Amino acid sequence: MFIPGDLEAAKVLGNLIYKPNVVEVEGNYDDVNRLCSEIAAEHGWAFVNINVRPYYAEGSKTLAFETVEQLGWRTPDQVVIPMASGSLLTKIWKGLHEMKAVGLINDVRTKINGAQAEGCSPISTAFKAGRDFFKPVKPKTIAKSLAIGNPADGYYALKATAESQGSMDMVTDDEVVESIKLLAQTEGIFAETAGGVTIGVLQKLVKNGTIKKGDVTVAYVTGNGLKTQEAVVDAVGRPFRIQPSLVAFEKTFKVGKNGGGDA
Amino acid sequence: MIKVRIPTPLRPLTKGQGEVEIAAGSILDLIENLNAAHPGIKARLCDDSGELRRFVNIYVNEEDIRFLKGKDTSLKAGDEVSIVPAIAGGR
Repeated sequence: MFIPGDLEAAKVLGNLIYKPNVVEVEGNYDDVNRLCSEIAAEHGWAFVNINVRPYYAEGSKTLAFETVEQLGWRTPDQVVIPMASGSLLTKIWKGLHEMKAVGLINDVRTKINGAQAEGCSPISTAFKAGRDFFKPVKPKTIAKSLAIGNPADGYYALKATAESQGSMDMVTDDEVVESIKLLAQTEGIFAETAGGVTIGVLQKLVKNGTIKKGDVTVAYVTGNGLKTQEAVVDAVGRPFRIQPSLVAFEKTFKVGKNGGGDA
Repeated sequence: MIKVRIPTPLRPLTKGQGEVEIAAGSILDLIENLNAAHPGIKARLCDDSGELRRFVNIYVNEEDIRFLKGKDTSLKAGDEVSIVPAIAGGR
């Protein structure tokens, strides 16, 4: 298992528990991808997101299948999908069309919207500039799981989004954190940073009228917040700390006869 | 000389070699000289107008040439060039 050297601690531990050989590469995801491409070619190893990529990429279509099934065999009007390499977005679009091809749905009218963090937004930037090609960037964002500066499927993601008449946008790291908190506090879902990117872009698209009130909209929140605690640790409150006594409780919360209130 | 790592799909053009040595002063040079030594390789790397194909990534000493000067990136003896097809990465 090859990972970038600056991955969040919980993700490293979450892998180590299964006892693989974990290789931390001193570099970012782009460096890891390039290295693994070379290892695959030189040593005949199979990498799930490189030379046996169809297993990884085609598997992503299940997100489209489950969406349609859970909506009662209809497609949403709008979807918002986080983009790193651009593969997931491309395959959700493909998955929707496959459901039509086998006759499970009649038509695909879903608008596909892509989400990136400002510090790594080569695909969204190309889309906004009206280009069908992207310029690679050096990623700098707390959304590390989306930090691919040289997105292999960027071209296809741009194409799918344009075909669907959808849109793309990006949000700042601060907006990512605020969106993580918003989703937790309003929906009870603690998302990792990529989920914050998705929700942040969802908000933007609603505000600028791209997504309309009444549109059946699915936002793909693809990871658990416990994996990227570093991103929000300074943005959440502290616990109250009290002695195990009724007096301490009442004083702290200003209730009852010790709280100064009239109880 | 510049050491050039050749990806598997292009190795039939280099008689199976995964690494070749080529003299060149720039990436542009390198592609021409590579093609002279291994005819046909340029057409795989560049489109009809001579631009690098979209799915070809070229690195000089681990750095993507798009962060350097693209095809005009200069090369010096001892540099290592990797040609890597773009098929990698998650989500």
